[in-house]
Amino acid sequence: MSESLSSIFIGTLLANNFVLAMFLGLCPFLGVSSRLNTAVPMGAATTFVMVVASLCAYGLNWLVGQFHMEFLRLISYIVIIASAVQLVEMFLKKNSPALFRALGIYLPLITTNCAVLGVALFQTAREYSFLQALTFATAGGAGFTLALVLMAGVRERLNFSTVPQVVQGTALSLMLAGLLSLIFMGFAGLGASAE
Amino acid sequence: MSLPGQAVPSLMEEFLEGIWKQNPVFVMVLGMCPTLAVTVSAMNAVSMGLATAFVLVTSCLLISLVRNIVPSEVRIATYILIIATFVTVVDYAIQAISLAMYDALGAFIQLIVVNCIILGRAEAHAAKNPPMKATINAVGMGIGFTIGLFALGSVREIFGAGKLFGISLFGPDFQPWVVMVLPPGGFFVLGGWLLLFNWLKSRTPPAPAGVKVSEGHAHV
Repeated sequence: MSESLSSIFIGTLLANNFVLAMFLGLCPFLGVSSRLNTAVPMGAATTFVMVVASLCAYGLNWLVGQFHMEFLRLISYIVIIASAVQLVEMFLKKNSPALFRALGIYLPLITTNCAVLGVALFQTAREYSFLQALTFATAGGAGFTLALVLMAGVRERLNFSTVPQVVQGTALSLMLAGLLSLIFMGFAGLGASAE
Repeated sequence: MSLPGQAVPSLMEEFLEGIWKQNPVFVMVLGMCPTLAVTVSAMNAVSMGLATAFVLVTSCLLISLVRNIVPSEVRIATYILIIATFVTVVDYAIQAISLAMYDALGAFIQLIVVNCIILGRAEAHAAKNPPMKATINAVGMGIGFTIGLFALGSVREIFGAGKLFGISLFGPDFQPWVVMVLPPGGFFVLGGWLLLFNWLKSRTPPAPAGVKVSEGHAHV
């Protein structure tokens, strides 16, 4: 409750990175991270949805608390996230059709991105204040983008190297993710502690 | 099962599809997000697997029942709401059955909502098939998923803590590989299993199952 904003930010960005330490948002992490130029917009779109979802979740949590209907919390969160994704989708379709096509199926899939719902659920579980929740969501999105970009950079390089046939595909991506995750373990202890 | 004789083998196939041919964890590599995190021990993994399987079966049944009523424009939203409802049920049920397990799994129970397998199966199978078929397929998928999670969780617990289901395996002198219960271990173990399956697929004679371990040594 009394964590400072900067410790939440650093902790969520590095030490408890959403993708590499908490396994949230793995599907787009493995799916969209093959090229750098789609990784960045995907990260940005997800960050935007996260911040919107976090703000709405904060309001909703207060609202369901007022009416003592906590069992509706999860359902209302998911509806809010789906609406936010729809908004981003319409915006991208109108303003950047090329990007819209490049992201393809992964754009509507932000709805089922665990990282987005994760932000809403964890901020509720940790009883963050409004500003803390906002920082948490921004840092979470930035951390997701960071992991996506790092992974895309590695995988772009990987295209030019010869890899044994057995290892190709998801197995290799997972091993890479494991190594990245191992590197991020080095940040452990920075900022707010997990849970 | 009072079905026409011809339908019985196909139901069996539906059932087995999720366990082997289309195993959600090892073949489709779906729904890892909320699950890699909790597979630090075999017990957690199995509980998570069963919770997911329950949601999968009940929501596939209900979605299959309403598949002709729901207009296709709002189908995804409907599926998500149905899934979220069952997840809420599971969330409260686990809280009532075992508070310790609830604390161990934490927010990850609620994250079952966004497990790609459930929405994936709802859209790809339950929305197109009659309730009987959809349910049986979902049961198979749920079992396959639980087996997959158990395979992850047991390996991580054996190496990371020297135990299985909390029972010590190697005696007090065992030096645990801490990395296995840390986040990187989750990636390595799943990667290792996929590697093993790729390797088995790539050669015709059946291979001994020692690859996984040597793979682990090479990286850890």
